[in-house]
Amino acid sequence: MISINAAVIDLKRLELLADNDSPIHTLDARAKVLVTFVFIVSVVSCDRYELASLFPFFIFPAVIISVSNLPWLFLARKLALISPFVLMVGFFNPVFDQTELYQIGHITITGGWASLASLFIRSLLTVGAAFILIGTTGFAAVCQALERLGIPQLFTVQLLFLHRYIFLLADETCRVSRARELRSCGKRGLGVVSFSSLVGHLLLRTWQQATRIHRAMLARGFVGQFHARRQSSFGVAELCYLLSWSLLLITLRLVDISEIIGKAVTGILK
Amino acid sequence: MSHHIVEVVHLKHIYPDGTIAIKDVSFRVTHGESVAIIGANGAGKSTLLQHLNGCLEATSGQIRIGDTPLSKGTMPDIRRTIGMVFQNPDDQLFMPTVFDDVAFGPLNLGLVGPEVEKRVSEALIQVGAEHLSAKPPYNLSGGEKKRVAIATVLAMTPDILALDEPTSGLDHFARRQIMLLLREFHHTKIFTTHDLDMVLELCQRTIILHEGEIMADGPTGEIFQNDELLAACHLEKPFALQQCPVCIRGTGISKP
Repeated sequence: MISINAAVIDLKRLELLADNDSPIHTLDARAKVLVTFVFIVSVVSCDRYELASLFPFFIFPAVIISVSNLPWLFLARKLALISPFVLMVGFFNPVFDQTELYQIGHITITGGWASLASLFIRSLLTVGAAFILIGTTGFAAVCQALERLGIPQLFTVQLLFLHRYIFLLADETCRVSRARELRSCGKRGLGVVSFSSLVGHLLLRTWQQATRIHRAMLARGFVGQFHARRQSSFGVAELCYLLSWSLLLITLRLVDISEIIGKAVTGILK
Repeated sequence: MSHHIVEVVHLKHIYPDGTIAIKDVSFRVTHGESVAIIGANGAGKSTLLQHLNGCLEATSGQIRIGDTPLSKGTMPDIRRTIGMVFQNPDDQLFMPTVFDDVAFGPLNLGLVGPEVEKRVSEALIQVGAEHLSAKPPYNLSGGEKKRVAIATVLAMTPDILALDEPTSGLDHFARRQIMLLLREFHHTKIFTTHDLDMVLELCQRTIILHEGEIMADGPTGEIFQNDELLAACHLEKPFALQQCPVCIRGTGISKP
């Protein structure tokens, strides 16, 4: 349970990073949301076996992290946490996809292994981009930006509540599990029976606390809108940020820079 | 018209499971009064308090704040008028930092930029928590959380403060600090509490709730002298009014 607790505190820390004052932090959230969207679409739309052409995309997180002074080690640890889930998703790729793609000496790289590696890199890039967006913007500001970009308020408020309640659920899970562990004397408790009741209680308790929090929000004038503390407008800086990154990312998607560099290097060596 | 008057008329609340929490409650709190609503567990105190700003909807009866009856249309204004401090500060503090939490109300009121910052810093100074501004609320101690929860409400400049168990779960020092803080406020104040010594110090008037009904409503001093009434409502005299347990030992006088 300590790990869940630590993960929750880390998530809250990510949110706190948004209070910094770097040039990236001060940009209007809409520009950052749009660039992240272009980035994610560019990365996700690459071919399933694509590996080499994904690497140039690392320029985006690298530049943003260094300019916005985000703690890269902290972000890397967060990414490491999700990597087992990604590997689980692509676990059967090498088994089912035996298409031979590359031959390195005596070793044959099959399509399954290539697609697993590609999936892993794409998840690192996209989830990393999402972390960077939250770390430089804050969740409330991202939702506000989505709303200003035309997403219906119904969805953005749902997102915000999901974000709020996920912490409640995690806190409550820690408490309930600790109580169960302490009375299980190191054994499995009453097994599935107690576990199903525990999950039911957990949901009801979280629901009750969520209701209380919602009431506290209503008592302080909440009418379905979260307000970001930082006020900003879409100006020249945002336009330049959006256009330059979009241009670069689309170029990276359409032109295989890795191949060009590879050919150039091998050409020189010859 | 004064916004500082709270009037509850024949209020009744039945929970969806059929539990009758409040049977027929009527009272009026006037400008500047400090009123305690006390009672045993399950007497209906918190349920009653949550009706005052529309967190719960009455089964029947009416609530009026000043001349305004509580309804869906008047609720936003009434919620600004009545500042509600919840029993568990963790329910009230949900933003990433103390500053953000205190700013939540003013931002919802439509304030922006420097005006929000001014409100937040004034409220935090009022509760002596300005040094906590940048901290995440979940890292604060119980007493600090309670102070910040009060600041979140003060930042909305309410006319009436409604506090659900303001001293519960606090150590003696933090309890005393909160009491000193509350004594300084000149708002109309309504408390629900089990801390009868606090009631004795802070409230001129006390309402006793028992099984959803008002059993007594009057000056605090008089109510706390009525042993029969207190016993019937499952309450004990405040420690300050009880005889010293050391002095009465061996005198044959039984402890009240």
